Amino acid sequence: MIAPTDIPSRTNPQETFVLNLGPQHPAAHGVLRIKMTMDGEYVTRAEPIPGYIHRMHEKMGENRTWTQFLPNTGRIDYLSALHYNHAFVGAVERAARIEVPPRAEYIRVITSELNRISSHLVWWSAYLLDLGGFTPLLYAFADREKILDLLEAITGSRLTYCYFRFGGLCNDIDDAFIQGTRAFVAQMRPRLKMYRDLVTDNIILRKRLEGIGPISAELCRKYGATGPVLRGAGIAYDVRKVEPYSVYSQLDFHIPVFPEGDSMARYRVRMAEMEQSLRIIEQALDKLPAGPVMGKVPRVLRLPAGDYCYAVEAARGRHMVRVVSDNKDIPYRVKLRTPSFSNLSLYEEASKGMMLPDALALLGSLDLVIPDIDR
Amino acid sequence: MKASILDVPRGFWSLLVGMRITLTQFFKPVITVPYPHKTLPIPARYRGPIELTADPATGKALCIACKLCERACPSDCILVAGVKLKGEKKKSVTEFKLDFTKCSLCGACVEVCPCDAIRFSKNYNLASTSKEDYIFDLVARLQAEKKQP
Repeated sequence: MIAPTDIPSRTNPQETFVLNLGPQHPAAHGVLRIKMTMDGEYVTRAEPIPGYIHRMHEKMGENRTWTQFLPNTGRIDYLSALHYNHAFVGAVERAARIEVPPRAEYIRVITSELNRISSHLVWWSAYLLDLGGFTPLLYAFADREKILDLLEAITGSRLTYCYFRFGGLCNDIDDAFIQGTRAFVAQMRPRLKMYRDLVTDNIILRKRLEGIGPISAELCRKYGATGPVLRGAGIAYDVRKVEPYSVYSQLDFHIPVFPEGDSMARYRVRMAEMEQSLRIIEQALDKLPAGPVMGKVPRVLRLPAGDYCYAVEAARGRHMVRVVSDNKDIPYRVKLRTPSFSNLSLYEEASKGMMLPDALALLGSLDLVIPDIDR
Repeated sequence: MKASILDVPRGFWSLLVGMRITLTQFFKPVITVPYPHKTLPIPARYRGPIELTADPATGKALCIACKLCERACPSDCILVAGVKLKGEKKKSVTEFKLDFTKCSLCGACVEVCPCDAIRFSKNYNLASTSKEDYIFDLVARLQAEKKQP
């Protein structure tokens, strides 16, 4: 809902007040701070102030070896750690021309897609909490728990995974994981239908989201927003399709796109993506080849001098790692292009003139992870 | 106009569908575990703080104090010292300190170890109020374990 522009107070600074949202606020995720200039219930300016959880990941990359930076990648966006693992090992493999065995690539895809579903489930439950619905969280976390159990059994950790290695994986998957994943896929399909009945079709949710927080494709292009935000604005941009990496080109799936551009479109994109991820997992399990999970890697890793990039489709959009090497065992530069930062950038322009509860509905629909913004 | 009138019965129906799902949930089995009275099994690959492994024959630590783990650690949280004992080919570890406040459980030390002397423990009850409690002396711990098998 856009505020009428002819209200005199909107131009008078004495009639507005500043609402400080965060860095510690129940409606703001993590420690994001947004300085909102309000005209009554309407937002006239929402200025995001990031930096409260900046940990210098890029600088840390410059003073440790290539291998030693690996655990950092799982802690940038802690909800989709495996995608970030993938981008970094991908960049190094591309630079050092390390060949990855096909089995390892398939397992990377399976685990990444499981991670995508678990990430979307966290978004779903947190978003509905923002909007005032508590119960969906309990359903979503029951399903997420199954994914975490599966991934814990093979990676050893539940959230900040460090599973991929240059040239492959740190260990192979077992039959229990394969059977567990198949059982999970079979269970998850009826659950997604249940989510639709319980929440997506619910009239209260639809009235809260439909037509709220429109983001056009042009606005996304201006700020570099990617992922479900861009696909909810009608652009079928997905790194898995436009720059296929790993074995995604051999798998059959489609990119859900919704042209409406409102919060509901972004919501629907993520719900449809979970279904597609299940499809990808199923196919990858069917095609899973036998063989080693680790390729030939030199004992001391030294990348040839140069500039290398690798992009993956993380749960929040395009995540790209750029590494610059000067032929030493320590990187010269590690640049992390994270999707949440770009997705947050458009918030100031997109939220102008919205009612406060709608502006929060828009903020939640961007699916921000604060360590991913600050990194 | 017609659409907004139709919205009322349709919206009401969507609420009923949601309530049916919530009601059926009442008759489903409980899936949570009343921790700490009951705990779940821990998977074999679980990454707890590292511990030293002992040679089953002699009961001594397998570690040869080569310091590879110390160098591989991204967070500088391992400190190893060793001596060469008389009549033995390899060094023996005398000190193995782990600063768990810095450890990120990445497993670089476990992977780099040439003689499988380090493994992940299954210990996760690690709450404490002082920082010193997280500086683990792994050699002393191994010896204490040996005394009470």
